[in-house]
Amino acid sequence: MSESKNSDQSCVVIGASHAGVNFAFVLRREGWQGSITLIDIDPILPYHRPPLSKAYLTSEDGIEKNLLKSEESYKKENIELKLGVWVDAIDRENKKVVLADGTTLDYDKLVIATGARPIMPPIPGLDTAKNLFPLRSAADVANIRKTVVENEALKVVVIGGGYIGLETAASLKKLGASVTVLERESRILARVTAPEMSVFFQKLHADNDVAVLTEKNVISIENNQNKNTVVCSDGTRYEADMIVVGVGIHVNKELAEKAGLMIENGIQVNEMAQTSDPSIYAIGDCTFHHNIHYNRHIRLESVQNAVDQAKIAAAAIAGKECCYNAIPWFWSDQYDVKLQMVGLSEGYDEVVVREEADKPNCFSVWYFKGDTLLSVDAVNNAKAYVYGTKFIKGGEKIDKKKLSDPTAEFKPANLIAQ
Amino acid sequence: MAKITFITSDEETITLEGASGSVMALAVDNGVPGIDGDCGGVCSCATCHVHVAPEDMEKTGSASEIETDMLELDDNADEYSRLCCQIDITDAIDGVVLKVAK
Repeated sequence: MSESKNSDQSCVVIGASHAGVNFAFVLRREGWQGSITLIDIDPILPYHRPPLSKAYLTSEDGIEKNLLKSEESYKKENIELKLGVWVDAIDRENKKVVLADGTTLDYDKLVIATGARPIMPPIPGLDTAKNLFPLRSAADVANIRKTVVENEALKVVVIGGGYIGLETAASLKKLGASVTVLERESRILARVTAPEMSVFFQKLHADNDVAVLTEKNVISIENNQNKNTVVCSDGTRYEADMIVVGVGIHVNKELAEKAGLMIENGIQVNEMAQTSDPSIYAIGDCTFHHNIHYNRHIRLESVQNAVDQAKIAAAAIAGKECCYNAIPWFWSDQYDVKLQMVGLSEGYDEVVVREEADKPNCFSVWYFKGDTLLSVDAVNNAKAYVYGTKFIKGGEKIDKKKLSDPTAEFKPANLIAQ
Repeated sequence: MAKITFITSDEETITLEGASGSVMALAVDNGVPGIDGDCGGVCSCATCHVHVAPEDMEKTGSASEIETDMLELDDNADEYSRLCCQIDITDAIDGVVLKVAK
């Protein structure tokens, strides 16, 4: 990329979390000489989000220990941060971003990395409940930590038995709270894992004295004399000094929608992370994109997707040929259990569970559609995660019988079908 | 305090000083190319792979089981490989030289 080509150009990024920040730094590395401006409504320096419900919640660290990049790094790379700033509109015709105070920013390239926000379900009494928080931002964690510190023998109800809810439950238990998780479905993690995984995590929480209750549809929250009572449709009632809501997210697609970009289950982008407007890219949780390995359009809530799409968008803007071809991966830490996941299990018709001889609490769940390996959930078993990644990438056929035999040595040569 | 030297894939030498935290965090804070630390330092992404200079292996120690397993994701891994989010900065590692993996 020649200097004359873009030194007078400006790139504006809306959203400064994993996707936006990584994009800005990679674009510089790709040789972009023009200005780069990162805008976010969150007023503090961009930080890692996954630890918020995990190690960061239980630590006493300030957010400065959890930053994506140091303040100096932005200066060094000449990346301008506009934090605590709300974007009102995208004016595509004049290639301007309109900020809440009415000022505008010109762009040659615009990147939308607006992510998602927690769903606050329309439950009567939710608005007036005391100490009720979602968990997505550093401010949410600050509120939760403050409540923990100010209340002895804190009773917590977590609404939602997904990863955020379960990680938060584990972390709050570690901080000494008494925790109940209420899940609407008949099993936890129902949307993302096989029943075998749900059973394992249900037991893990029970062993750690956290009540994880399923088929609990919360219908109202009563607040009397500063005490919350969470009421379920089956008539059961749960007292709570604090309520954490983790029932999923809404994509922040409104800006793109208002600007007339193509939207489906997220902002539509092609294999270069480009939207229906060639000057505008979208990356991270807010995008609806094609995954080449699974040959379908998906939306992903993950650091992996945020970082990989950031790299693709930066390369594309720098004029390189590129194509998004990543295999999704995720992780979750609860108590002393490390869960690593690779691939997408949706559409599986068979599950093979691999236990390891002499290693309790170390196993993996392999999801197949016919002979095709779709994904692997690895519990305390990085090896299974790594092999799964390699097999999915290579399209290997797996010997399911050997895979399920804990006495067969766990090594690729043993697992690949002859 | 420990002085840590990184040799990047472009053969650039960057020497940094740190007192605490992980080697990965020090590298990311100072923009050492090739060390991304996408997962924030919990041994989940293998984007902070370095080769320790053989004579410094005693100071850093060798990779743990989970690190060794994760390093299998990278075809360039060898007996001197570490994920540097798993190397804590202490006086004991003063002077080590780390080659950023390709």
